[in-house]
Amino acid sequence: MSLIPMEYYLILSAFMFCVGVAGVLIRRNAIVVFMCIELMLNSANLTLVTFSSYLGNSIGQVFVFFVMTVAAAEAAVGLAIIIAIFRNKKTVNIDEINIFKW
Amino acid sequence: MPLNNYEYFLLMPQIIIGVGIVLSVLIEIYTKKSEQILPWFSIAIFFATAFYSVFNINQNFVLFGGMIEVGGKPAIFNFIFNIGAALVVLSSIDYLKKYGTYFGEYYILIQSSVLGMMVMSGAKDILMIFMGLELMSICFYVLAGINRKKFSANEASLKYFLLGAFTTGFIVYGIALIYGATGTTSIQNLVENFVGYSSNIIFILGMILFLIGFSFKIATVPFHMWVPDVYQGSATTVTSLMSTTGKAAAFSVLIIILSAVFSFNAPNVFSPYFATISALSMLFGSIVAISQNNLKRMLAYSSIAHAGYMAIGLAAGNIFSVAGIIFYLAAYAFMNIGAFTVISIVEGENDSRTDLNSFAGLNAKSPILAATMALFMFALAGIPPLAGFFGKYYVFIAAIQSKLTWLAILGVLSSVISVYFYIRVVVFMYFKDATEDFKINISPYSLIAVVITALLILVFGILPDTLMNVITSVLH
Repeated sequence: MSLIPMEYYLILSAFMFCVGVAGVLIRRNAIVVFMCIELMLNSANLTLVTFSSYLGNSIGQVFVFFVMTVAAAEAAVGLAIIIAIFRNKKTVNIDEINIFKW
Repeated sequence: MPLNNYEYFLLMPQIIIGVGIVLSVLIEIYTKKSEQILPWFSIAIFFATAFYSVFNINQNFVLFGGMIEVGGKPAIFNFIFNIGAALVVLSSIDYLKKYGTYFGEYYILIQSSVLGMMVMSGAKDILMIFMGLELMSICFYVLAGINRKKFSANEASLKYFLLGAFTTGFIVYGIALIYGATGTTSIQNLVENFVGYSSNIIFILGMILFLIGFSFKIATVPFHMWVPDVYQGSATTVTSLMSTTGKAAAFSVLIIILSAVFSFNAPNVFSPYFATISALSMLFGSIVAISQNNLKRMLAYSSIAHAGYMAIGLAAGNIFSVAGIIFYLAAYAFMNIGAFTVISIVEGENDSRTDLNSFAGLNAKSPILAATMALFMFALAGIPPLAGFFGKYYVFIAAIQSKLTWLAILGVLSSVISVYFYIRVVVFMYFKDATEDFKINISPYSLIAVVITALLILVFGILPDTLMNVITSVLH
């Protein structure tokens, strides 16, 4: 653990975060977008654990548990919403879910 | 620091609501008449919480090892959240009946979301901010799509969920970086060492991600794209809850996280950021609202503009601006809930009759609805002596004190623009003949909610000192 510098973990998590953001902005399938959001949350978790380990206190690791719990609750609600959409319109493509215009 | 046993008594507002949620679930499961019981039970819970908070406003303590603050500023926010939610529940009783979409969960979710807001407004640790925010947001995602058979509600709910969860990603990553730079998530530590951290690049980056996340939640340009769709697609009563109390909760967090700037005169390094988003939101919201024909959508753009006015206070960053923001939030909560309740009374089935044309000749159909709606529109436009005017006044004064005169001038300009679309509603109600023929069934409960909000706006407008003195006494 101590052999690997902290920057490596941070760069990896920053890269994961960027992949998540790019995915949310580019992909059109609601479920894939949701997966990209989970990727963003997990990159934040990796950052928290890294800092926690290198700073030598446990706050970050405790925080990760809360983030995971919230992510699970969000997944439950989010997938339910996507199912409700699919029942009404038989699609989960975000571009086709656009009855509102300005 | 009070004794340990005593801490639970001080935390009574949160405990009342928490117990209320559990009891509501039991009522919903075990009684056949939950539709009659639950709304009144929720209202009782909200009033108990609101008045307990206000009567113990001087008992200002930080509890549980620096996790949550009670009394003082959080008490005022608790009052706004709970009275707002009680009014929304009051106006929902007949609204839900009208559409035959009663779910007991509706009231339980409103209670849970209010608990989340109360946790947010009292947070003294970033962990509490995060938990409160998510409790509130997840309840709102469900509430937005509570009418699951209707596609517009589904769409609103999905858009709100995807962008809200996206925002959560930003906030969590920002929190992770703040934690990395400071080594703790305590806000006390953040406040004490704010000046030192302000030169740390990781801290600045984390704060910017955090602030971007909350700019989504308060609905400011350029993070506003979900607002019109979500506000239009959700049930009208839900929209009134999201647009007022939800916004107030997000602002309470911004005030907490920047309390070093507000209360201890640390240099406001984030002032340019807030000045930019507030200028953009005020102008964008006011200008785009002019072209809207749907009243819910118009109020959504007006809500963006109002978020901009409040963000002026964040850019100004002095103790007076905090008082201004809190006053503005209280005034905005009541006038917006009132306006949305009037819309929910007039609204017909399947989102019909929310257009401006449906409000033509409203005075002939129902003079009291037309009169109160006109009052809300004047208050939102910021015409004295109504509450909305003093909200703007206090915030603009704070901006001038902080040498942000250009921002105050922009604010006044966009208020002038916004008068056009607010007054247009009044013109339609009073000076045009009805084009659509329908009868309005005024539900007594909704009417009570409308009258209460109208009275509150008048009281806060004619005697702004009553509220302002309480707020300033708490802040010092």
